[in-house]
Formats: sequence, C-alpha cells, structure tokens
Amino acid sequence: MESILTINNLTKKFGHLTAVKDLTFTINKGNVYGILGPNGSGKSTTLGIVLNVVNKTEGNFHWFDGNTSTHDALKKVGAIIERPNFYPYMTAAQNLKLVCKIKGVDYSKIDEKLEIVGLLNRKNSKFRTYSLGMKQRLAIASALLNDPEILILDEPTNGLDPQGIHQIREIIKQIAEKGTTILLASHLLDEVEKVCSHVVVLRKGVKLYSGRVDEMISSHGFFELKSTDNSKLITLLEKHKSFNKVISKNNLITAFLSEPMRSENFNEFVFKQDIILTHLVQRKESLEEQFLQLTDNN
Amino acid sequence: MLRLLNLELQKLLLNRTSKILIFISFVLPFFVILLSSLKINVFGFFTLELGELGIFNFPVIWHLTTFFASQFKFFFAIVVVSMIGNEYSNKTIKQNLIDGLSKKEFILSKFYTIVFFSLISTILIALISFCIGLYYSSYTEASIILRETEFLLAYFVKLIGFFSLCLFFGMLVKRSAFALAFLFILFIVEWILFGIMAWKLDSNLAEKIQNFFPLKSMYKLIDQPFQRIAMSKFPEKANLVYDYGAHGYEILIVLCWTALFILLSFRLLKKRDL
Repeated sequence: MESILTINNLTKKFGHLTAVKDLTFTINKGNVYGILGPNGSGKSTTLGIVLNVVNKTEGNFHWFDGNTSTHDALKKVGAIIERPNFYPYMTAAQNLKLVCKIKGVDYSKIDEKLEIVGLLNRKNSKFRTYSLGMKQRLAIASALLNDPEILILDEPTNGLDPQGIHQIREIIKQIAEKGTTILLASHLLDEVEKVCSHVVVLRKGVKLYSGRVDEMISSHGFFELKSTDNSKLITLLEKHKSFNKVISKNNLITAFLSEPMRSENFNEFVFKQDIILTHLVQRKESLEEQFLQLTDNN
Repeated sequence: MLRLLNLELQKLLLNRTSKILIFISFVLPFFVILLSSLKINVFGFFTLELGELGIFNFPVIWHLTTFFASQFKFFFAIVVVSMIGNEYSNKTIKQNLIDGLSKKEFILSKFYTIVFFSLISTILIALISFCIGLYYSSYTEASIILRETEFLLAYFVKLIGFFSLCLFFGMLVKRSAFALAFLFILFIVEWILFGIMAWKLDSNLAEKIQNFFPLKSMYKLIDQPFQRIAMSKFPEKANLVYDYGAHGYEILIVLCWTALFILLSFRLLKKRDL
C-alpha cells in the first residue's frame, strides 16, 4: 500500500517534559485515521512536528516516498491546527488567494471550495466578522484548496456549538467518501468512531495502540440481558465456559464473552434451561469503552 | 522571488494601517522636499526661497535630500516590526508554514519586501533631487550632477540595514511595541558604551569603535549636511571641517550588519517551536 506519512522513533522534549516518546507509525493512502488521546497526550505536538512548525528532538519522519522536502510535501497536504488562523483584515476570498499563492494553486479553486463549505455568499466579508463556526469552515476550505492527498484535522470541532459540530462532521464525511486520506486528532471518541477506520492511541506521549478500530482490544463483545428470572440466569452464566465476567446492574446483566458465540445459539441455550429472555443485545465495546479499557490497563 | 514578494505585498497593502504608514514614510518626504523647494511668500512680508541658499545645487542636493528623507524611515520601521508582530499575534506564521512555506522563504519574503520598498524610496528621492537640482543648480554638466551620487547608494543601504535590524528585533520579541522599545534601548546602550569607552580610553578611539555599532554605523553613512553647508558659507573656519563622505567601508559595515541580522532572524525562526 502506498504510504503517505512514515514516522520513526519520533521524540520531542520540552525541557524536562517529554511530549512525544519514541513514536512510530505509518499512514497509508485511502484510510481514515484517528489519533486518540486525552488532552496533553502529545497529539498536537506530533502533528506540529510533521507539519514543520515544531522541531523534533530525535527520530525522523518523511512524507510520501521520502524524496520531497517537508515544505514541498506540505503543498500536497491540507491541514488545520487548533484554531483557524487567518488575516483578520482580509476577506475570505483574499485569505484563500494568499494560500493559493503559497501552495501554487490556481485561483479558480477558491469559489469551488467555498461552495463546499457553504461560504460562497460571504466570500467578500472580512475574516474578523465571521463566527467561530464560519472561521472553522473557512479553514477547511483553505485546507482543501490544493485537493490534498491527505487532510489533517486537529480538534476540528473544538469550541463549536452543536450545529457547527454537525456541519463540520458532515463536511468531513463527504470528504472521506471521496477517498481522501484523513488524519483526525481528537479527544472526542464518538467523533473518531463515526469516521475513522484506523486509530493511533496516545497517552503521555507514548503510543498504546495503532491499527484498525475493530481490532483495538481482543474482545468478542458482550451480551446485555434481561430475563424473567435474573438470579437463575446469573448462576447459569457464571458456570458457562464461554463467559469470563458477569455484571449485574439495575436489573441489566452484562455478560462478557471469552470466545465467539452467536446470539441465536445463546438464546436457544437459555430457553432450553427454562429461562425466557426479555432483552437480548449483542454488542462490541464502543470506542470509548475500548479506549478507557486500554488506557486503564497500561 | 517574485512569488515571495507578491505574497508579502498582499499582506501589507490590504492592511489599512500599514498602507498609511508606507505612504507617510516614502511619499511624505517626497512632498516635503518638493514644497520646500518652492518659493514661499511669508504673509507678504518677505519671500523665503531655500533654493537661493545654494542648498539645492549639485552635488550638495544628493547629500541633503537623502539625509532629510532618511529621517522618515522610522514610519516604515513600524511597518516592519508590525509585519512580524501581526504574524505572531494572528498565528498566521504557523498557518503559512503549514500551508507549505519554508522558514527560509518566510524570512526571505520579508527581506525582499524591505529591499523592494528601500529601492522604490531611493528611486523616488533620486528623481525628485534630480528635478529640483536641474531647476536650481548653476552647474548642470553631467560630471557635476553625477558627483556624490554615492549618497543614493548609501541611502539605499542605510534603509535596508535599518529595516533588517527592525526585522530581527521583531523576530526576537514577537511583539511590535516591544521591538520598537528594543530599538530605543539599543540606541541608549550604544551611547552608554561610547561614554564608558570615552571615559576609560580616549574619545577619538571611542568614536572609531562606536562607528562599528549597528545604529551608529547606519547613521554615519549619511552625516548631517548642515555643518557642510555652513562650511561652504564660511570656508575660512577650519574647525568646521569634517568627513561627511559616504565611504565604501561604511557601506560594507552596514551590509555586514544586514547579513548578520537576516541570518540571526532565520536561525531564530528555525530553532523556535511555534
């Protein structure tokens, strides 16, 4: 698979604080990646290093095949970091024109990209008159100007109201559907869960996991159960070899599987034991549960 | 190179404050020199005509106009420090780099802009001096006109040197107001050092050393012309004689400072985490 970004043993120290420690991962073309981690886990620092604004302490990284200099590679990348940064006294169109000049892109792209983020009718308003949501959408338009090979988004919905968050997510989904590689850094897990196929999990600058979202923890999922006779069901489950943990809370029994099992087989089995289920749901852990499990264990 | 210049010009010319300051620093001296060369009738009592004093004769005029116009450089210095300060306060420097500008290109785009405006200013001053000189001067032979045009070169180098210093201070402290304060502090420090040296060593040597200091070396490029005009009026007073020329070594000193300031600005940006 064609690699877009390769990071090898990257380390960044701010004085005594190690923000990123010995980080290694690869971004391949066509996938949607999430970088997960609590605040201060080194997400933004990592992105800052590969985007040429933070100096690395040790290790190395290269874009694409490794034969382009970082600032030339960045012309093929679209990136938004933290807050949208533009010249307040220029209009949206003028700001984008400046980005076109830096990236060497034709001006005709400006209207096209403003259309995508729904700002075309405000293109001649000064940037300082924009609301935060509009600023963030303009930042996305700016990142898309060069039809990037990879779009990097660092906390794109930070500080937005629900409507703004929804708008941004819709735009990201549209872009992902077109096959653009995306790298999304966020501490909002449902956000990552909705769009990402791969994740890198960081904590205190150390990589805990990188790979597919659904393979993040070795789990076979769990059943959520209610029945006419809960105590009998619990005893039955605890004896069964396929379950390793049973939790009962507010009349809802959660039974964790230690090996794969289909829900219809399980239903048939308990029915034969004279227990009638009133509630049966088979689930895998949500990203949030997986994430918490992963960060707790380590 | 044109791309980088174009980039910076867009940033500057769309900003109203910097537009006004650029106008003041380059166009205003042009008009003031033009106006002062006209005959001014002071309320009908007497006619003031500076041209009659012989100060608009070739080659003195090159010296006078460049000295006078360089006093207006402070306005563009504000533009230079604010063009760095604004990039930091708007965080657009970060965005520029993310968009694919290299750190070297960022500094170069600022430097090219400095050279560009210095060049325009020099051309403007050359034109106006030439026209006024032709009008007033009693000698209009090419050899006399071309004499002392090195003051134009000195003016050009002086502007570039001074603005490079501003650029460096802007990069160093990231805030426009503090950068201007630094300029003032440097001015004081240079004089304090001069004072100490004059006290410990002798004042002649101290002045020679002081001529290597950044601000003083830039000032020394074009010495004040008043003493020279007085000199031409009273040729018998020998104590008025001083070295007013714009010498090659003086230009070299300022060029060295310029290179140093640009290099330091680049080093600073390269080492910094944004």
